[in-house]
Formats: sequence, C-alpha cells, structure tokens
Amino acid sequence: MVTLTRTTVAGRAKSRGRRHRGETLTKILFVLPAVVAMVALFGYPVVKNLLMSLQDYGLKTFFTGVAPWVGLKNYSTVVTDKLFSDAMVNTALFTVGSIAFQFAIGLGLALFFHKKFPLSGLLRSLLLLPWLLPLIVSSATWRSILEQDSGILNRSLMGLHLINDPVPWLNSPSVALIAVIGVNIWIGIPFNVTLLYSGLAEIPDELYEAGQLDGATGWRSFWYITWPNLRAVASVLLMLGVVYTIKVLDIILGLTGGGPANATQTLATQSYEKSFVDFRFGQGAALSNILIAISFVFAIFYLRGTRRAVDE
Amino acid sequence: MISKRIAAALAGATTVSLLLVACGDNGGQSPASSGDSVKSLTILDYYNNDPDKSLVQKGLDSCASKLGITIQRETVPGDTLIQKVLQQASSKTLPDVLMLDNPDVQQIAATGALAPLNDMGLNSDGVIQGMVDATSYEGKLYGLAPVTNTIALFYNKDMLAEAGVQPPKTWDELKAASKKLTKPGRYGIAFNANATYEGSWQFLPAMWTNGGDETDLTSPQVAEALQLWVDLVKSGSASKSVINWTQGDAKDQFAAGKAAMMVNGPWQIPALEKTPNVKWDVVTFPLNKPDQTPVAPLGGEAWTVPLNKDQAKQQKAADFVKCLNSDENELAWAKARFTLPTKTALLDQYATEVPSMKAFAEQVKTARARTGKLGDKWPDAAKVIYQAIQLALTGKASAQDAFKQASGG
Repeated sequence: MVTLTRTTVAGRAKSRGRRHRGETLTKILFVLPAVVAMVALFGYPVVKNLLMSLQDYGLKTFFTGVAPWVGLKNYSTVVTDKLFSDAMVNTALFTVGSIAFQFAIGLGLALFFHKKFPLSGLLRSLLLLPWLLPLIVSSATWRSILEQDSGILNRSLMGLHLINDPVPWLNSPSVALIAVIGVNIWIGIPFNVTLLYSGLAEIPDELYEAGQLDGATGWRSFWYITWPNLRAVASVLLMLGVVYTIKVLDIILGLTGGGPANATQTLATQSYEKSFVDFRFGQGAALSNILIAISFVFAIFYLRGTRRAVDE
Repeated sequence: MISKRIAAALAGATTVSLLLVACGDNGGQSPASSGDSVKSLTILDYYNNDPDKSLVQKGLDSCASKLGITIQRETVPGDTLIQKVLQQASSKTLPDVLMLDNPDVQQIAATGALAPLNDMGLNSDGVIQGMVDATSYEGKLYGLAPVTNTIALFYNKDMLAEAGVQPPKTWDELKAASKKLTKPGRYGIAFNANATYEGSWQFLPAMWTNGGDETDLTSPQVAEALQLWVDLVKSGSASKSVINWTQGDAKDQFAAGKAAMMVNGPWQIPALEKTPNVKWDVVTFPLNKPDQTPVAPLGGEAWTVPLNKDQAKQQKAADFVKCLNSDENELAWAKARFTLPTKTALLDQYATEVPSMKAFAEQVKTARARTGKLGDKWPDAAKVIYQAIQLALTGKASAQDAFKQASGG
C-alpha cells in the first residue's frame, strides 16, 4: 500500500516533471525568435562596433580580414582631433537648440489645436507634412530655399524690406549652424505636436471645470492643471527628442555636408566622415560609441523617469 | 494545448529558417570553371544613368561578342561604388571586371585585391603618362582607362561678345573678365569649392599650373592659387555659394545664364546641349604667368581585374579589359560620351574630328593624375586642400595661412 502510493506519487511527479519540462521548452521556443532577432539586429552590431573601435579597421581589412588590435588608440586619436571639441559644442548647440524650440512651438500649436475650431482637424493633419517627407527631400528643398542669391527666403525678406543684404544662410560659418537648427526644428515640430496633443486630450475636462470654480482660468489653468498633467508626456518627449536629435546626420549632410569650414560638424557627421570618406572605420566606430554612450545616459534618465511614473 | 505546441514549434522553425537564410549568402559563389570554358564575366561599374549607361553597354557588348562570352553587368550610383566594393571584398564576391575611378585605383590596389595586368599580357604603351601614374601601384599596372576627361574654362560666347571681353588667358584677365561680366542677377564665373574631393579637384588646375604641389601644400605657389579663388569670391565676381556648389550646380548656373563662365568638364556637354540658346566654347585654364603651361587633373575611370582563384577567368577578364582599351573602342567611347582617348597617338586625330573637345584634348596631354605623386596618401592631401579652400573663402583664414591651419599646424 505504502509502496503503491509512493510509486503513484513518484509517477505523478515524474509526469508532472515531464509536462513541466515540455512547458519550459514551449516557453523557450516562443521567446526564441525575439531573442534571435535581438541578438542579430541589436547585440551583434553593438558588440561589433565596440570591437571595431579597438582595431585598426581600414580599407585593407575588407580584403584581407586583418584588423590589428590597437586598444584605445582610436579613442585618443578622435578625442585629440582638432575638430572634436567643435563637434561636441555643435552637437550640444544643435540638440539643445532644436529641442527647446521644437518643444515650445509644438506645445503652443498643440494648445492651439486643442481648442476645437472649424477645419482644425484638417490643419492639424497638414501640420504632419514635414514628418511625412523623406529627409533627403526636405534637406534638398531647404537647401534651395536658403540659397543666398536666388533662394526664396532671401528674396522674400528683401522684397519685404526686412533685410538689405542677402543673409548667407548656408555660406557663412557663423550663420550655417543656426540655419541647420532651424530646418531641424521645422522637421521636429509635427512629432512634438502629435504627442503633446494626445497628452492634452488625456486630461479630463472635469479638472478644468473644477478649476474654473476655484478661479483657475487662462494662464493659471495652464500652470496648475495642464502642465502638471502633461509632465509625464513632456518628459518622455524631451528624452526621446535628445536621443533622436543627437544622432541627426542626413539633414546636416544634405544641407551643408558639415561645412562651411566645418561650422556644422557634429559627432554624427564626423563619425560618418571618418568611416565612409576617410575609410578609417575604427575611428568612426570610436566616435559613434561616444555618441551611443551620451545617448545611453539620457536613455537611463528616461527609463528611470518612466519607472517612477509607473510606480506612482 | 496542441495548437500552442504547434505554434511553439512554428516559432522555433521560423528561427531556424531565419538563421539558415542568414547563412545562405555564402553559398552564392558560382562554381569554379576551368580550362578556357569561360562562358561569362561579371562586371561592376557606376555608369548608372543614361545616356552613359547604354553607351558603355554598347562597348561592353561588342567586346563580349569578340571574346565569345556573355556578360552580367551591375551598375551602382557613383558615390556608393567603393562601399559596394568593400562589401563584396569582405564576402569574397568581387566581380570579374571592376571599374574604378582613377584616383581610387592605387588605394584599392594597395589592399592587394587587384591582379597586376602586366602578368597577363597587358601594357600601357602609348598611354598618356598621367593615366599610367594613376593606374600603377609600386611599379605594376593594375588598370587601364580607355577614356579620360579633365576640366577647363567654359564661357558664354554671347555674354563675352556683348561685354567686349576676350576669353581670358591669364589670371589677371580672368579676374578682370569675371568682374566685367558680373551684373545684377549674374556672376562672372562659377566653380565648385565645396568641402568634398570635388572641391579639391576643381582647385587643381590653378594650383598645378602655378607650380604648386601636393607634397608641399604650404608653398607660396599654392597660396597664390588659393588667392585667385578668394579674389574671385571677395570681388563679387563669383557667388559666395561656391563653397556649397557641386560641379552640377555650377553647370546649372551657367546653363541658366546666371554665370558667364565656369570651370567644368566635358561630361556636362550633353546637358548643355539641352539649352541651345546658351552658346558656349571652351578654353584651357588661364595661366598666372605667360610662361606657364596649363596643368589640369586627369579624370575618368579605369577598368581593373580583381584577383580571382580561377586563373582562366582572370585571364579572360584581362583580355576583356584589353579589348575595352583598343583604339577602336577608345575612339568610339570618346566620341559618344564626350570624353577623350587616353592614347597620345589618338588625341590629335580626335581633336580634329570633334572640335568642341579641342581645349580638353590639349589639356589632357599635360594633365597629371591626382595620385601620381602621393599614391594612396592622396585623399589626406585632398582633404587639406578642400578644408583650406573653405577656411579662406569664409574669411576664417587668409590664403597664406589657410593651408597651415587646415593641415593642423
């Protein structure tokens, strides 16, 4: 009797174990595609990029497969490059300038469209246009708009007698960065409007009604009702903005190619140039890793911010 | 439960097949053919736009039928060719015949990817020295260019006649003419001074003609040449936008009547023919002092043979390159594509047959290759040149200091 029970228990335990193992296998099989995709599409490039930045990876490497190990030499080379500090400053100015104005203008437009009025839906969808255009098209178009002699912007400003001499938008080292930031702001506004608008739509109307009873109208209602409720969306938006903007390459390449006289070189354009113009892939990888590290810092802020928001 | 298992199995199977697909590329190598049973050759070039694409195809086809083979040709946009070559090199799928822009030949040859052509019965006899320099590396010939090009000074005949200006022969005349030809809505001259290798290439006629040299970029001769660019822009005879213009932009300005002269190459002629109201002619690049000879850079693409384990195929590819460089094909391509034959003996005959190419034919004889002196180190010098031009034209440095500053001094 005892033995019988024991065997049945043991048998049941064994079959449960088998079923358990089967379930684990099922789970693993389900996760496998995602894991393989992650490893192949994210893990491999990141690791490869790290390794590349520690190697003398040049034109020859592609033919011979030989990439001598050089340790941190690529990093010291790119950091001591005379353009590195300029590129850092430009990257910071580009990122901060773009995001500040994208956000401010985006918020203004989102508030504006939040007040329902005829055609507001149509206008709001038209606002998305810059976002829908391929960046190469936008930058080529802006390049002709900003042309010094025959560009429509200078022509219009001169026609309105706002300026006497054409502004060298893309031709002067002191103006070019401003022009490039301006174009990037134009491209980034739709993204900001869309996210902020949906954030505004989430705020319940009752809050405003209750606020009105307490005398919170106009600016006060924005400051005490809209802004606190929008903070979560705003912080996500700003963090994503930093991560997206810091690596912008195509717009700058299309508008100025980093010029004139390197006035619009950023870490991203420098990294591109090292890799695909100079064919010093090791140095290009080193620069892009620095860029990734900076983005990573902001990504951590973002993750911690959202976790706190979830905890609350 | 069963459906869940099936789903799981499917998920696993998908993963496996994905992995198999990822590994499948390696099997793409065609099996090695042996003996002289070489039936076909693969070709890679960057003539991806008509009319060039089909005109080149004609030459390739006629050589293929002569050799009794078929060809599989792939064309890619010019700026992606080197990336494509690198990709193919690392996956060991380089084509049998590879076209390269002439300044890239030495760089690619230095990696050991190309087969020396001397060993396969090819030579560079009769080819202009500049092109031989460009396509040789460490004493061996790695490519042959059937046709070449260079840059010279285009001018708008009507505008010069109207202003009573003769085509300039010296830099002083060039500056005076440009100034006289400038009026509201029109510049005297257009050129390209952008921050790319193209900007350096456009500067070379002035730099080399004046005795400047890429081995010593801080010499007064080079600074003097840069001063010419600065003078043209500072005086308002050339647009400040030249620092962003490509050669295509310069051509657009010229074709639109917004520039009376331009520094450009013969490949723009088909486009200029679309605006027949612009009557133009070409002269050699002006000289700083009358006793100088114009020295322009050599353009054009060379055909090379990547190293191939299959000796028979490699030999056939070399024969194919030899055929492309026959007198007959050189003249055919030169005439059809507004380029110039690379053999000295053919140049004079060609210039009489195609008068619009006379100035270019003259310049090509004395033209130099960009990689002639520095070899695979040329890109570094070219970078210093375009950065110095940018510094000087934006007023960040004087023409005297620009090269020192650009080279990090």
